[in-house]
Amino acid sequence: MALDQSFVGRTYPPTAPYEVGREKIREFAEAVGDANPAYTDAEAAKSLGHPDVIAPPTFVFSITFKAAGQVIEDPQLGLDYSRVVHGDQKFAYVRPVRAGDRLTVTSTIEAIKSMAGNDILDIRGEVHDEAGEHVVTAWTKLVARAAEEA
Amino acid sequence: MTQPHTQPHTQSHTQTQTQTQSATAKVAYADVEVGTELPARSFPVDRATLVRYAGASGDFNPIHWNEKFAKEVGLPDVIAHGMFTMAEAIRVVTDWTGDPGSVVEYGVRFTRPVVVPNDDRGAVIEVGGKVAAKLDDNTVRVDLTATSGGQKVLGMARAVVRLG
Repeated sequence: MALDQSFVGRTYPPTAPYEVGREKIREFAEAVGDANPAYTDAEAAKSLGHPDVIAPPTFVFSITFKAAGQVIEDPQLGLDYSRVVHGDQKFAYVRPVRAGDRLTVTSTIEAIKSMAGNDILDIRGEVHDEAGEHVVTAWTKLVARAAEEA
Repeated sequence: MTQPHTQPHTQSHTQTQTQTQSATAKVAYADVEVGTELPARSFPVDRATLVRYAGASGDFNPIHWNEKFAKEVGLPDVIAHGMFTMAEAIRVVTDWTGDPGSVVEYGVRFTRPVVVPNDDRGAVIEVGGKVAAKLDDNTVRVDLTATSGGQKVLGMARAVVRLG
């Protein structure tokens, strides 16, 4: 069944802060096999002008997607998550995420579309630091594939 | 506290492949033309890679590690996390600029899954990139291509990066 269009524009409350740890950044960088020292060596990061080690560009997805869970699991919206695939992903950075950041995410439903029985949901996550400064925006497009007819 | 400026320790052969290329090269806006190609890269991915990425990212969807489950939901085999592919593709850009903080925007469309068989070889993600436009403020748009097994796995893969 098509999702309720009246949810477009709905904004969910900001998440509790996620504290970005140096070792979590290291773990992520190692998992993607990226030995760039800006991720693990504070001095190398400082030589590039960053106050501490920074996170790889896609690291923040783990935080924004968890926040998007508020939308995905909203019983009133009624998305069938078992049929959801990740369609598109985009980020716009004010600055890189870095160790010590305490980040909150505010998720908004930007669009709901129905195409060929598929529900398409666009979620925007605005990420702010503890000082309230904007750090990055993440746009996630989810596609709930049409249920097969029995 | 600080470590000597040597290559960081790595524990896996798969991640040491080209580490010496990164982090020092700087690209100047003035030296870049539309059409400038970035060094292409190949990123191997096997089941262990996916388990490790699942742990680091917190995405434990069984389609990325459980062959039985993946086939039950209609996939040919275990597939890589789309976000893993996205993370690898931007390395072509961050290795080129040296500073991962140079990335201003980055977006992709997940067009096909990267299928990762359990055959001790796994899969390979091939990534290329070229400068598609010179923009304001010392930024350029880089268009990326990503394929696996000859199939395009990312569409509309674009990054805007700030150069020196």
